[in-house]
This record gives sequence, C-alpha cells and structure tokens, in this order.
Amino acid sequence: MSSFGSCLTMIRAAILAAALSMSLPVASRAGELQAKLDYCKTCHGLSGQGYRGYFPMPRLAGQQQEYLENQLRAFVERRRINPIMANVAHALSPSMVSGLSSHFQHLNPKPIGGAPSHSSPAGRQIFNEGLPEANVPACSACHGSDGHGQNEIPRLAGQLYEYMVGQLTGWSKVRGQGTSVDTSAVMAPTAHNMSRSQIEAVAAYVSTLP
Amino acid sequence: MNLTRSAWMAALLTALIAPVATAVAGEQIVPVQNCTWCHGTSAQGYAMAPRLAGQRPAYLETQLNSFREHFRDAPLSKQYMWSATAALGPQAARDLAAYFSTIPPRAANDGNTNLATMGRTIYMNGIPDANIAACYACHGPNAEGIRDIPRLGGLSRFYLKARLEQWGQGYHSVPGSPMPLVARPLASAEIEALASYLSFVK
Ligand code: HEC
Ligand code: HEC
Ligand code: HEC
Ligand code: HEC
Repeated sequence: MSSFGSCLTMIRAAILAAALSMSLPVASRAGELQAKLDYCKTCHGLSGQGYRGYFPMPRLAGQQQEYLENQLRAFVERRRINPIMANVAHALSPSMVSGLSSHFQHLNPKPIGGAPSHSSPAGRQIFNEGLPEANVPACSACHGSDGHGQNEIPRLAGQLYEYMVGQLTGWSKVRGQGTSVDTSAVMAPTAHNMSRSQIEAVAAYVSTLP
Repeated sequence: MNLTRSAWMAALLTALIAPVATAVAGEQIVPVQNCTWCHGTSAQGYAMAPRLAGQRPAYLETQLNSFREHFRDAPLSKQYMWSATAALGPQAARDLAAYFSTIPPRAANDGNTNLATMGRTIYMNGIPDANIAACYACHGPNAEGIRDIPRLGGLSRFYLKARLEQWGQGYHSVPGSPMPLVARPLASAEIEALASYLSFVK
C-alpha cells in the first residue's frame, strides 16, 4: 500500500515534470507569436485592416496564407524590394511565418475606405470584363469574382487604394527582381497594359469590396 | 514649475480666457497669447510646454480636441492643457492649429550627441528582433510627419522622452493610436537614443 502510494507520487511527479517541461516552451512560443502579431499590427492596422502612415501599409486581414508566405520570402530573397519589410521579414523563423500568415488570413475587419468614389463604376467593369482592346484580362478571372484570391493569388477586396495604385504603377521596379522568374511575372503584363487612370479606377472599385 | 507658479498661471489663464469665452455666443476667438504664454513667444517650446511651430495642423487639431475631451491624460496634460482647452470650440481649435503650423520650427538640439547615431538607426530600421517598429514608416524619412502624424524632428529631448515613456505607463493620447504598441517594447536606453537623435533633426 505504502509502496503503491509512493509509486503514485513518483509517477505524478514525473508527469508533472514532463508537463512542465512541455508547457513552458509552448507557452513562451504563444507569447512570442502574440508579441510579433502586435508588432505587425502597429504598422498594418490594429485589426490588420491596413494603415496610412508616411507610406501606405497594406491590408493583411483575410489575405491568402500562401500569398503572405510567398511575399515574406520574396522580401528576404530580394525578389521584392522594400527596405522596411526586408528588415521585418529577416527576423522571422519559418514557423513564425506560417503562424502569422494563418492568423491574418482569419481576420475580417471592414475595408478601411478612403478611395475616391467617382471612378469606381469604370473600375467595376475592368474588374469583371477587363479591357480587351488593351490586352487586359478580367481581374476576376484570377483574383475571383469576389476579389478574395486563392493560394498565391492575392485577395484584393478591401485593399488600400494608395497601396494598390503604387504597386500597379511601379510593378517591375519593385517585384520580380531576382534572377529567376517568380509569381510576379503572372501579373506583370496586366499591370503594364493599364493606364494610370484605369489603375486608379479599378483600385478604387476593389478597395470597397468586403 | 512649482506649485505657486502653476496656481498663479491657472488663475491668470482663467482671467484671460473667461472674458473671451463669454463675449461671443457659440464660437469665440481665442488670442494666441493664451498659448504662447506657455509655449514660448514664437511657439518654439518653453520649459515643459512643447514646440507647436511647424507642427502638422491636423495633428494639433486632434490633440486639442483630445485634451478638451480629457482623453489625453498624462499628468502635465491634465495640469495645463485641460484648462487651456476647456473653452475651446472646434473652429477655434482649427484656427489655432492652422496658425501654429505656419510658424517655421527651430530644432531644440538638446540631445546627447553620442547617442544620435544609435537613435537614427532605430528610427530608420526599427529593431525587428525586439519587435520595435521603424518610426520612418509613419513619421517619414526626415521625421517631418504627414496628415495627423506629427513632425518629430527638432522637438525637445525632454518632451520626446516623456511622451515615449508615458505610452508605456498606460497614459492615452488619441483613440486608435498605434503609439502604445510602438512604445511598449522600447527600453529606456532606446528611448534616450531616439529622443537625442530627433532633437537634432531639422
Ligand atoms: C514599420 C512598419 C511595418 C511593420 C512593423 C510591418 N510591416 Fe509589413 N509592410 C510595411 C509596408 C510599408 C509594406 C508595403 C511594402 C511595399 O510597398 O512594397 C508592407 C508590406 C507587407 C506585406 C506585403 C502585402 C501584400 O499585399 O503584398 C506583407 C505580407 C507584410 N508586410 C507582412 C508583415 C508582417 C507579417 C509583419 C510582422 C512580422 C509586418 N509586415 C510588419 C510596413 C510594416
Ligand atoms: C493571370 C492571372 C491574373 C490576372 C488576370 C490578374 N492578376 Fe493580379 N495578380 C496575380 C498574381 C499571381 C499576383 C501575385 C503576384 C506576386 O506574387 O508578386 C497578383 C497581384 C496583384 C496585385 C498586388 C496585390 C498586393 O497585395 O500586393 C494587384 C494590386 C493586382 N494583382 C491587381 C490586379 C488587377 C487590377 C487585375 C485586373 C486588371 C489583375 N490583377 C489581374 C494574377 C493575376
Ligand atoms: C499653462 C501652460 C499652457 C498653456 C496656457 C497652454 N499650454 Fe499647451 N501644453 C502645455 C504643456 C505643459 C503641454 C505638454 C503636455 C504633456 O506633455 O502632457 C502642452 C501641450 C500642448 C499640445 C500638444 C503638443 C504635441 O506635440 O502633442 C498642444 C497642441 C498644445 N499644448 C496647444 C496649446 C494651445 C493651442 C494653447 C492655447 C489655447 C495652449 N496649448 C496653452 C502647457 C500650456
Ligand atoms: C504605424 C504608424 C507609426 C509608427 C510606426 C510610429 N508612430 Fe509615432 N505616432 C503615430 C501617430 C498616428 C501619432 C499621433 C497620434 C498620437 O498622438 O497617439 C504618433 C505620435 C508620436 C509622438 C508624439 C509627438 C508629439 O508631438 O507629442 C512621438 C514622440 C512619436 N510618435 C514617436 C515615435 C517613435 C520614436 C517611433 C518609432 C520607435 C514611432 N513614433 C513610430 C504613428 C506612428
């Protein structure tokens, strides 16, 4: 009886020790993820909805996980040039990248708004039908009719107007900079074939999509 | 500032503002002397009162409203700015903000020069491993600010340091501000370096 009792105590102590040694790293990893998320949200908006700083910071909320992971790698590999995000992304471990990306994909705040509204009817048409005479395909063909994207194709719905105009007008100065061809090449001809006012119209339209 | 001086100031302030406040129904005109009395004659800052000259007008306006609504609540805000804005209507706040923003700012230059390089590195790059965001992304390459994001260049080391410490201590500025999250991971050596660097920026 007493030996059974002491045996139980020993087992309990062993279980407790094991549980402790497991739960400590798990807890601190969760703490690390939360601290990193807070850091991302200082710039990308407290709900990941995007933010207008000196530079526009894109919406990450509801973004495709594969797209987020691919872009974070692109910053590190200098396929995509941005000094701020290159520094940020360098400090992320692969498991942190997937933890952050999956968190952002599941957020769903309202679009931040703030785009000029007058051009968005023309933008709707470009989004759904493209500009056949200018060799611009319908955006919905790849980005989805709701603009939510899939896998490596990004969500555009609710994205910041100024950010999209900046990306589309400067596409080949910023993206696809490595020696090998990457996913940015799929989008390059479409970005080139639109005029500034067509870009503004379609960006205004998609920025309002929920 | 000691107690006698501040009590005296408060009395003077009430004397200055009260007649103006009752003169016109609704919106009243507030003479800038009510402000430059503490903020310095050319609004370059004086003692604990920060420089207003050259600050972004949209920023000045939101802060004035925030003092009036008692949202911005650090000790010196409560002590001085709550009463200074008590009788300030929205139009008067806008006019004062527009006025102060047009005065050319001078740099305080009161930081520690040995820390300026470290401060500049944090300002431009942040410290990603410590989750410290690059200030540059919001306040701009020359700390000039934009829209309602304030100019930081040339504010005094004393004021910058107090602000960065106060967010970490739980005081508020405006609703929805990113600054509490920005300031939380900053260690005191980093605050000192940032405040020193920024005090020299023109
Ligand atoms: C100091 C501000 C700042 C911080 C902190 C920050 N970002 Fe960014 N981020 C930016 C800016 C600015 C851009 C836009 C870059 C551009 O214009 O190409 C951006 C772009 C991105 C993009 C590309 C989005 C797209 O639609 O293509 C991703 C993904 C991203 N950031 C993820 C993160 C994550 C994850 C974190 C936290 C680990 C983070 N960012 C922290 C400023 C920041
Ligand atoms: C053939 C498929 C395809 C079509 C058609 C297409 N896109 Fe894209 N788009 C992509 C892919 C893939 C990416 C991601 C590129 C990368 O990885 O750098 C992208 C990226 C973008 C981005 C960058 C988003 C961000 O968060 O940085 C914008 C903006 C964009 N597309 C807008 C449009 C618009 C507007 C149209 C229609 C005029 C359009 N796209 C049509 C495939 C397409
Ligand atoms: C009795 C002295 C005093 C008077 C009078 C005064 N202020 Fe202030 N003001 C201060 C102090 C001290 C602070 C710093 C508060 C803090 O650090 O919390 C301050 C802060 C401010 C700020 C915030 C600046 C920033 O960079 O965030 C603004 C704006 C401001 N005052 C405007 C005014 C205006 C406009 C008036 C006139 C209507 C005025 N002040 C009158 C003492 C005064
Ligand atoms: C995501 C955008 C963003 C980033 C990044 C950011 N700030 Fe700010 N900052 C703001 C906004 C917006 C305000 C005004 C709102 C408020 O008062 O809270 C502000 C206000 C301030 C003020 C108050 C100035 C005054 O006159 O009282 C100081 C000081 C400041 N920031 C310092 C910094 C420093 C130092 C960093 C980098 C470590 C930084 N900020 C990073 C957005 C940002």
